[in-house]
Amino acid sequence: MNLIHAVEEGFKREVPQFTIGDTIRMHVKVVEGDKERLQPFEGVVIARKGSGIKETFMVRKVSFGVGVERIFPVHSPSIDRIEILKRGSVRKAKLYYLRSKKGKDAKVKEKERER
Amino acid sequence: MTGILGKKLGMTQVFTEDGKLVPVTVIEAGPCCVIQVKTPENDGYEAVKVGFVEERKAGKVKKPAAGVFKKAGTAAYRVIKEFPMGGLKVGDFVKAESFSKGDRISVSGISKGKGFQGVMKRHNFLGGPDTHGSMFNRAPGSIGASSFPSRVWKGMRMAGHMGSERVTVKNLTVVDVRPEQNLILVRGAVPGPSNTIIEIRKDK
Repeated sequence: MNLIHAVEEGFKREVPQFTIGDTIRMHVKVVEGDKERLQPFEGVVIARKGSGIKETFMVRKVSFGVGVERIFPVHSPSIDRIEILKRGSVRKAKLYYLRSKKGKDAKVKEKERER
Repeated sequence: MTGILGKKLGMTQVFTEDGKLVPVTVIEAGPCCVIQVKTPENDGYEAVKVGFVEERKAGKVKKPAAGVFKKAGTAAYRVIKEFPMGGLKVGDFVKAESFSKGDRISVSGISKGKGFQGVMKRHNFLGGPDTHGSMFNRAPGSIGASSFPSRVWKGMRMAGHMGSERVTVKNLTVVDVRPEQNLILVRGAVPGPSNTIIEIRKDK
């Protein structure tokens, strides 16, 4: 187990601390032909799953009235960087209820002050 | 051919250079000490016997085995296996670095025991409907005709013991080799539970 752990540690990257409810903007590497460019994706973190190198997170945004959710491994090398735009104040670990909400109800309240 | 014995440590995921996430099995492979070299002149074919997992307690080595290790002048090992490979002498070590990234390998081991299983799990029979009053749920069905042959054909697939048998998975890819830690990372699953002894073979 320790040797597996050592293998996993080698693939970990420095990731800013963000949690469920936060609004983040990530810059994802996209390969088009032989060119690589950065594509921003901005939304609310609605879930984090797994641990260690296997940890993933789900980001949701509403784009032209259509909900878009993307799942990424936290330590994925295809994420160039993550910016935290807002800290959300939520009471659940999984914000799947946002899918059935519209307008103002689909907003996550911002945390009033940082601890 | 290159062969080595290893211990399956378990599975995890790693990223490749192009950012893809691949499932890997981590294997602690070798070092395996050569105990005997078989030559065409002496034995009619070319092969080496290698040992893996050093035996620490002297009393655990049985007398006939102790004689073998004494003759070879090596330490005592728990597992001995023969691989058809040449160019080695007694006392040499086969190590993880004899494999390299991208190699296609075969991995053999003893699969996980499943106990006594029915035909649906053991032979992938379809079974019957679960509902709508069906009373034919997981049964095997007919096992043959009547007056001819008046018996059941040999090899008829039926319920019985499943697993705990030697299984070889061919054409697996080596994702990475870490010689300092004797580790080989293989894409996909290999037979058996964690901490089981497995054989890794690379065909030329």
